[in-house]
Amino acid sequence: MFYREAGDFKTSYAEDNQTFPIVFDRYRYYFVLAIGFGIIPFFITDYMANAIMIPFLIYAIAAIGLNILTGYCGQVSLGTGGFMAVGAYASYKLMTSFPGMDMAIVILLSGIVTAMVGVAFGLPSLRIKGFYLAVATLAAQFFLVWMFNKVPWFYNYSASGQISAPERTSFGFAVTGPSADIWAKYLFCAVFVFVLAWMARNLTRGSVGRQWMAIRDMDIAAEIIGVNPLKAKLTAFAASSFYVGVAGALLFTVYLGAAEVGEAFGIQKSFLVLFMVIIGGLGSIFGSFAGAAFMVLLPVLLRNFMTGTLGWESAIATHFEFVIVGLLIMFFLIVEPHGLARLWSLAKEKLRLWPFPH
Amino acid sequence: MKKLATYAVAGLMAASPALADLVIPDLHYRTGPYAAGGIPFSDGYQDYFTLLNQRDGGIGGEAVRIVSCETAYNTERGVECYEQTKGEGALIYQPLSTGITYQLIPRATADGIPLHTMGYGRTSAANGAVFSNVFNYPANYWDGASVIINQLLEENSGSLEGKKIALLYHNSAYGREPIRTLEILSEQYGFELVQLAVDHPGQEQGNQWLTIRRERPDYVVMWGWGVMNQVAVQEAANIRFPMENFIGNWWAGAEHDVIPAGEGANGYRALNMNRLGDMPVFAEIQQHVHDAGLQAGDGNNLGTVLYTRGMYAAMLAAEAISTAQDMHGTADVSPSQVRDGMEALSITNARMDELGMPSIGPEFTVTCTDHGGTGMAIMQQWDASAQQWVTLTDFIAPDDSVTQPLVLEDSAQFAAENNIEPRCS
Repeated sequence: MFYREAGDFKTSYAEDNQTFPIVFDRYRYYFVLAIGFGIIPFFITDYMANAIMIPFLIYAIAAIGLNILTGYCGQVSLGTGGFMAVGAYASYKLMTSFPGMDMAIVILLSGIVTAMVGVAFGLPSLRIKGFYLAVATLAAQFFLVWMFNKVPWFYNYSASGQISAPERTSFGFAVTGPSADIWAKYLFCAVFVFVLAWMARNLTRGSVGRQWMAIRDMDIAAEIIGVNPLKAKLTAFAASSFYVGVAGALLFTVYLGAAEVGEAFGIQKSFLVLFMVIIGGLGSIFGSFAGAAFMVLLPVLLRNFMTGTLGWESAIATHFEFVIVGLLIMFFLIVEPHGLARLWSLAKEKLRLWPFPH
Repeated sequence: MKKLATYAVAGLMAASPALADLVIPDLHYRTGPYAAGGIPFSDGYQDYFTLLNQRDGGIGGEAVRIVSCETAYNTERGVECYEQTKGEGALIYQPLSTGITYQLIPRATADGIPLHTMGYGRTSAANGAVFSNVFNYPANYWDGASVIINQLLEENSGSLEGKKIALLYHNSAYGREPIRTLEILSEQYGFELVQLAVDHPGQEQGNQWLTIRRERPDYVVMWGWGVMNQVAVQEAANIRFPMENFIGNWWAGAEHDVIPAGEGANGYRALNMNRLGDMPVFAEIQQHVHDAGLQAGDGNNLGTVLYTRGMYAAMLAAEAISTAQDMHGTADVSPSQVRDGMEALSITNARMDELGMPSIGPEFTVTCTDHGGTGMAIMQQWDASAQQWVTLTDFIAPDDSVTQPLVLEDSAQFAAENNIEPRCS
């Protein structure tokens, strides 16, 4: 009923190829955008933004990035944390070297730096595959964290090795530092999420994305039909690292404000983003958002529910949070191994037929 | 699904509106690899406020309400906890984590809430002219490093020439803090400094101890926390390193750090910024808090090193609040008033006697420029057969001529990066 296709005629190729071919889907998308950009910024509180919305948006970018590499191109990567660190340290160096630079440019340049590093670490993917590639990217993770600890130039020779983001502006509004307005921080991240998700969606629908998917499904067959594996794999590494680098830069500058590489960008961050992608659904932009929401929002909600509503002690609540989130991950992977995105598309299929299932 | 959504909304709304209480958030960590240190500290911190509530009806007649939040020593969760608790009218933060402190320094300063980072956090915050809302009295890491070297100088009749000292440190902001001080001291006194980093969480130290075996340092100084301490003490015992030459800082000198190594840990030394032993206040906590069943945690930690330190931290916070109440003539103080109280805090021996914790710490006075206290610490040694820490020395003073220029240099850099105009002139 909601997803009625009858009577929805397409009269041009452009209409036929659009991202959301179903009218209801399209309106829902506009609705989400309207809420995200038109309503939330006016009502957002410090806690809503700093504990919920901003981490969700930033991790969504990271998940999209890893999804490009792992979900669309089939190259398993455990180096996400390290690449996020590259983004963070690049933005730190840019912010402190060029204080007048607009933050949007700082973030984009950090993404580009990360893309170049990503391509360098993507070179082994031409020779090795699967688990072996995972180990190679794991090496990237450890090497990058070690390097940012070891070379004092990256943290401007500070005594503790901490990097901290000074106040910087974008289009005249402060977006980093403690006195930045909360709506500005939120909108800054939201704009990045919107533009990057839109780009990712269109990249994956176009020829580049089709090459990635061909490589993922069977690289030898792809090579035979004329896909250049060097180009396909390296563009995937570049695009993916760009996203991950932007996420790392935003995480450090807008969200955390101060970071230490081993703690903020360690191996657990790589796993966190990988879990988001797997739980959300490999090869799906929506899945990246769903996975980020699952891994970021659910623990916060559970914790608030247990300590706030039930009045439990916060330490017990934390132990239970591990148990419950773990069980939910297992439950979802057993019930729907293809992730939340698949669950969503099944629900959509059902809604298309509803209320007449035959 | 609808039900779930209702719960979710209820969970988000759970941050209830502020009551007319003195709200003290306790960002503790009772889970994860650092819980061994986090639990006793938090127990002591909470129990002391409960004692004040039960015995005196709070501070200045105003009840204390503790809001606890679990950080698991994780900076992202620390930020979330801060955002969650600050709206309730939080008066003072004590995050017990150097990483979280770095996150909170700019935020708390912008929100006008004082931050007490007792013997941890950013050392240069001792310069109150730059860090208006951050206090790290009674001592900081650079003081600690200087105290250890001063003590070693005394033991070696004033010269460390040609000695080799290894620094075994947690590879984080916390562990790296003393390096600069030790480097300067090593130039000054002519000892060789070997740096050995241990990565989070600190369980794997085989490589570092192999290096120690090979390099044969005269002393090993440790900046460790959590599970790293236990492992290090065990490893030292395994290679039969002379334990009296193995010296931890004040976060590496609690009972749970040495008990697992058994007899092997006998003789291990550590700094402490507070005295130990049987103080009258413990009997009162036993009577008013534990016997009434109001204790935080399971009540096993009463009187341990970190419990005592947590209680000491709570005492300093309570004294600052009561100073603020006197200054501003109101019992229901605001965070910025508490900040003023901290800046005017003066701890005397008479007051510590009165509170039932005679000379638990050194006497000190906080001023606008000096947020760091005296920096003095005692040296203690583990007696494995008696299962207790024995106090070896009186409070030892650090060498301010070494630490003070570093504090000024580092805080000036922070001020320049963040466009802060120094106050107090």
